[in-house]
Amino acid sequence: MSHGVRVRVWGDRALFSRPEMKVERCSYDVITPSAARGILEAIYWHPGLRWVIDKIYVRKPIQFTSIRRNEVKSKVQAGNVLSVINGANKPLYLSTKEEIVQRAAILLQDVEYVIEAHFDMIDQANQTDNCGKFKDIIMRRLRRGQCYHMPYFGCREFPVNFELFEEEAVETAYPDTVKDLGYMLYDFDYSNPEDITPMFFRAVMENGVLDVRDCEVVR
Amino acid sequence: MSEVIKNRYEFVILFDVENGNPNGDPDAGNLPRIDPESGYGIVTDVCIKRKIRNYVEAVKEDEEGYKIYIKEDVPLNRSDNTAYEYLQTNEKEIKDLKKKDPDVDRKIRNFMCGNFFDIRTFGAVMTTFVKAALNCGQVRGPVQLGFARSIDPVVSQEVTITRVAITTEKDAENKSTEMGRKNIIPYALYRMEGYISANLARKVTGFTEDDLELLWEAIINMFEIDHSAARGKMAVRELVVFKHSKEFGDCPAYKLFDAVEVKKHEDVIYPRKYQDYQVEIHSDMIPETVEISRKI
Repeated sequence: MSHGVRVRVWGDRALFSRPEMKVERCSYDVITPSAARGILEAIYWHPGLRWVIDKIYVRKPIQFTSIRRNEVKSKVQAGNVLSVINGANKPLYLSTKEEIVQRAAILLQDVEYVIEAHFDMIDQANQTDNCGKFKDIIMRRLRRGQCYHMPYFGCREFPVNFELFEEEAVETAYPDTVKDLGYMLYDFDYSNPEDITPMFFRAVMENGVLDVRDCEVVR
Repeated sequence: MSEVIKNRYEFVILFDVENGNPNGDPDAGNLPRIDPESGYGIVTDVCIKRKIRNYVEAVKEDEEGYKIYIKEDVPLNRSDNTAYEYLQTNEKEIKDLKKKDPDVDRKIRNFMCGNFFDIRTFGAVMTTFVKAALNCGQVRGPVQLGFARSIDPVVSQEVTITRVAITTEKDAENKSTEMGRKNIIPYALYRMEGYISANLARKVTGFTEDDLELLWEAIINMFEIDHSAARGKMAVRELVVFKHSKEFGDCPAYKLFDAVEVKKHEDVIYPRKYQDYQVEIHSDMIPETVEISRKI
């Protein structure tokens, strides 16, 4: 556990989209390991390290709320931009009146987690890098509240407050209960950049703790 | 062009509404957005971003480098085929182009960031022409906004109005006036919190000091050019900016936000004006290295 770290994260709202309901977005009941990794990477990341999530403690009861917003349905077309760079004289923008779509999102409200994670060194690390150095940087950033960019719960409009969690025991909102949350996204497998595949796992929350160490991953 | 920003920032915006609807909820027949559990009013991040874009568009009028990508009202004429023609290529050859110019993704991204203020500030999702041929991916902008929430629970009041002009001939035979409805909030003060990452500015979008000044100006004046029948009287009352001394910041953001205390005066039961509130910045809760400025 020497490279392990516990981070307390909390916020007013969160949205961890279920991939099967991503158009009218609906959140998972709890944070996914992939979103937790994203939060840690927003605080500190280096090509030479890989974050691995061990446990997620759920500290507040799971509550939902919904919000509907006007969104745009299309994206910047790279080809279109390229032609403008090359001298084409045509409009380059999206019209929100024409490209409008209203989408509802089911969000989590008032969330708090403790993320227990560690990092592994991988071969992209420089010769001069070592675990102690990374660990020191991480602890310093957590203590000072520093980050590369502000971490967020699933979407950027839901910012994450974070601090180092230093107590021994973690209290959760669900002591003495076992809750089966069904299949959840574990993370994406980026090993082949041409074919990034999602991985899922059976999420069972025991006493408010989601233990993702050695969990069986389904592709 | 001025220099890319070097400091992390956090900011708090206080804005109020008087007899208006700051942000309608499409789920609730355009009533003001209210959190049903707590009764607090909400204004979404995208609502405020729209106002910032509109302000910049109005002030800069498509000036070089300050174009706005996500526009209102103007139709977009998009066609990949025309792009192919300009490139003198086709779906198959685009892969070759990618081979000849491996930096083409980066070129497109930099072009977009350089030309469009909103992409430089808030980011954008860029897609490919053909799957896997070009991948400019997602650009995260340095500026990140949360939802705004009112300081106190709000009530939404329904105001029924009449009009004497009838739309259709048929209706005109039967009645002389039509009824309409407006939903207003008598008064509410909202608080929004935002973050600016110097790292994303430096490494991705090139958001500069000039852009930052323009952003502050846009936030301060965003409601001044947004008057309408629905909005009532809206104004930005306070913009508190925290400037960290380092790129990564000096202290957690929530500590800075906690130091800005907004409360209504004790004798006020139903706040109806900004003067019913008091804003206090507890500078003792903020590290000395963080520079605080009240922009209004």
